[in-house]
Amino acid sequence: MQKIEAVNDFVVKFANINGSGSASANELFARAILRMGVPVSPRNIFPSNIQGLPTWFEVRVTEHGYLGRRGGVDLMVAMNPQSWEQDVREIDPGGYLFYDSSKPVPRARLRNDIHVLGMPLTEICNDTYSDSRERQLFKNIIYVGALTTLLDIDPQEIEKLFGEQYKGKEKLFDSNLQALNLGREYARQHLKPIALKVERRDRVGDMIFTDGNSAAALGCIYGGATVCAWYPITPSSSVPEAFERYAQKLRTDAASGEKRYSIVQAEDELASIGMVIGAGWNGARAFTATSGPGISLMAEFIGLAYFAEIPAVLINVQRGGPSTGMPTRTQQADVLACAYASHGDTRHVLLFPEDPHECFEMSAQALDLAERLQTPVFVMTDLDIGMNQRLCRPFAWDDNREYDRGKVMTREALDAGTDFGRYLDVDGDGIPYRTYPGTHPTKGGYFTRGTTKNAYAVYSEAGADYIYNMQRLRQKFETAKSLVPLPVLTAARYPARFAAIFYGSTGPAMQEALAALAEQGIYLNALRIRAFPFQNEIADFIAAHSKVFVFEQNFDGQLTTLLINEAHANPASLVPVLHYDGTPITARFITQEIAERVARLNVRPLRENMVA
Amino acid sequence: MTYIAKPKLHHPSLAKNRVGFTRRDYEGKISTLCAGCGHDSISAAIIQACWELDIEPHRVAKLSGIGCSSKTPDYFLGNSHGFNTVHGRMPSVLTGAYLANRELIYLGVSGDGDSASIGLGQFAHVMRRGVNMTYLVENNGVYGLTKGQFSATADKGSRSKKGQSNNDAPIDLVTLALVMGATFVARGFSGDKAQLVPLLRSALAHQGAAVIDILSPCITFNNHSGSTKSYDYVREHNEAVNRLDFITLREEITADYAAGEVIDVRQHDGSIVRLRKLHADYDPTDRIRAMSYIQEHAARGEVVTGLLYVDPEAADLHRQLGTVEQPLNTLGAAELCPGSKALEKINAALR
Repeated sequence: MQKIEAVNDFVVKFANINGSGSASANELFARAILRMGVPVSPRNIFPSNIQGLPTWFEVRVTEHGYLGRRGGVDLMVAMNPQSWEQDVREIDPGGYLFYDSSKPVPRARLRNDIHVLGMPLTEICNDTYSDSRERQLFKNIIYVGALTTLLDIDPQEIEKLFGEQYKGKEKLFDSNLQALNLGREYARQHLKPIALKVERRDRVGDMIFTDGNSAAALGCIYGGATVCAWYPITPSSSVPEAFERYAQKLRTDAASGEKRYSIVQAEDELASIGMVIGAGWNGARAFTATSGPGISLMAEFIGLAYFAEIPAVLINVQRGGPSTGMPTRTQQADVLACAYASHGDTRHVLLFPEDPHECFEMSAQALDLAERLQTPVFVMTDLDIGMNQRLCRPFAWDDNREYDRGKVMTREALDAGTDFGRYLDVDGDGIPYRTYPGTHPTKGGYFTRGTTKNAYAVYSEAGADYIYNMQRLRQKFETAKSLVPLPVLTAARYPARFAAIFYGSTGPAMQEALAALAEQGIYLNALRIRAFPFQNEIADFIAAHSKVFVFEQNFDGQLTTLLINEAHANPASLVPVLHYDGTPITARFITQEIAERVARLNVRPLRENMVA
Repeated sequence: MTYIAKPKLHHPSLAKNRVGFTRRDYEGKISTLCAGCGHDSISAAIIQACWELDIEPHRVAKLSGIGCSSKTPDYFLGNSHGFNTVHGRMPSVLTGAYLANRELIYLGVSGDGDSASIGLGQFAHVMRRGVNMTYLVENNGVYGLTKGQFSATADKGSRSKKGQSNNDAPIDLVTLALVMGATFVARGFSGDKAQLVPLLRSALAHQGAAVIDILSPCITFNNHSGSTKSYDYVREHNEAVNRLDFITLREEITADYAAGEVIDVRQHDGSIVRLRKLHADYDPTDRIRAMSYIQEHAARGEVVTGLLYVDPEAADLHRQLGTVEQPLNTLGAAELCPGSKALEKINAALR
């Protein structure tokens, strides 16, 4: 029988039961490999349940540092009888199945083309522990122990991780170590060796391992947000929760215990965006985190903030849509909903981070942009980035960086007799000056409303005033182009006719696919879009290629539509390639789609004089 | 409604308050509401109360939703910042503004459509959180801007101008505010300025969630016989439980009352609300009793007005959150950004 052999390049998938404590054991497994200097890319695949139902954790071990989902499974750790059939089916031929053999499994439920490793985990636990919770929790550590032996993972690394986790809790440290060794010893004595191995490397460097939601929260801390208003919704809830965790540490006065931040869990998304807008109006940096259904609820308020010109930051951790959607699946399906959120002629600034590093950077930047442009700014992350730990560049902050508070007219300026028109374009960039409430006893006060106003914020239904305002807003959106992050080009080694456009969490899979395609002799220029409005570079890039594949994780080709509408791209040159089943896009998918399409486009016509 | 602009020049003999402003300095733009609208009387009472309290106009932030009542913040305190937000959601915007700067005085202006229908959820939750504000409901039982539909505060059996009868049970915002934890709850009548101005003064000084439900008849759509929100009906059925004097820290208590006739409620900041009892058995610090009293009288068709409940130990949201004294909107990078060294430590913990 064939045997999959690999060093530092394979996929292990854990099939577990929700609420069984497997998550921390699986993370331990992933971290131990990282500590050996070998990059890993783990992903949670979980249904919308809290306890008792199937949940999966996939770890891609990848010496090359390919952090996208690969597809396929080399070693399945099948710990859940409910999902057994599906789990066994998923293993690549020649792969390995590790399972709890306390209860015999009939041959018919196994496969002939895989290698089976049974370990009586329940039996071992029942013999060793009397407490039922201990039996449950240590079972996870015991299988991690067995896996370290099978895969040659250095147990010293796990011991060190235990040491960090259970600092000052000797008893817990000892019992975990004991369970680990129990697993190691069993595997050494009873299990046949396998051909998947981890070998120590130095490929991780100074990279960090974190999730996008925590990173976005930290970005809001560094970016100076003082008001966070939110409503729980998967997959975004861990953003405000992480903000609270970080703020408790970093924004609480050591002596007095006073907090330099405020967090309100609102009654719904309408209230959370209302609070963000109220705080922004009053001169504080404020943000909310939500997902697609929340954006729909916030739509009316987003329009008000757009026209009243109030800074607001929305972190949208996108999930499967539409409607209530698939809350535990990932998509990039809110692009259009956010770009044009609300009624009336609205247009919003979007940022597309590709990993936790950019979640940090762009959340901080969004707070600057929102105040500079006096408008809502969306950080368009997704479940794949937000709720999975990802290896990425370390966070960085320049201590000389100052917050850009935008155009705020001060009491001194008002006293000096500066003309103040809240919606007056004095600099030609479409951005007016604002005053914070309470600035001056007799000057600079104004009444904030939507569109029925003139440049001095006086009530007006006059057509000319409306037109002035709309044209100024358009000018402001033009100005935004010069402020938002530029796209990133990955140029092909040889001149290329074809190109790819992608954004957000597609990044890692795309980089891997480009390398694989180059090996097949297919060369593409690839542009990662990082923001909307689109800079002219994007239109130029599209115009320079005969076909541009636009990779999106949604059904409608939403970015493609936006490129046609807003960058005036020729629709005939854009080819949307869509991955929308709710799982993260894979390099295998991208490689195959491009290879097939390129082959078709390169077919020579039957008659010589016809153009392909 | 008048089209004649008010002259900007003030007569030199106009009395100035302690902070140097005349009553005229608290005025706003000319009202565009119907002549005789109860809401305009409320605006006048707000002007009077703010002037009497020596509040600098720019220290007030006015926020409103959508509707006739929500237009009124343009008609008073013209030097204050105002925000006409979206329908029924002023409370959340006010909450956010208050989080950003705890030092301003927040005045929320809403109506019965805005607060009892589309905004009922936000009305309830803003009370729960103890946002330090004065929340006014200019309550006329009818949608004015859309021309005369019943609102959710219209009494069952009351008749519209077109003769339709209202079949739905009314929402009593005063009772709801009490249930939800508001710490200052009153009801007034736009036609009784002598009662309303002291209520407003006390509410503005209260350090917590203060709400005043103000019956404010709609002269155009809801002032006919068969309406229970008309001037005549409210006058006939008004049961005031008390008359109050609001005494700030600076003022000396001079008036003399016989024992048992007054209750002094000393609030957190030392100011005193002095109530002259009109109903001997009414104790405005007893929340449970207040609720049953209101219900008992409502069942008899009476509209109970006055200061219905006050919690002298009210705590506001900032105290509950434990935020710094300094307004959050004045903090800069030095106070907010932990810097690169702290970030390096965070990076190290993520390896």
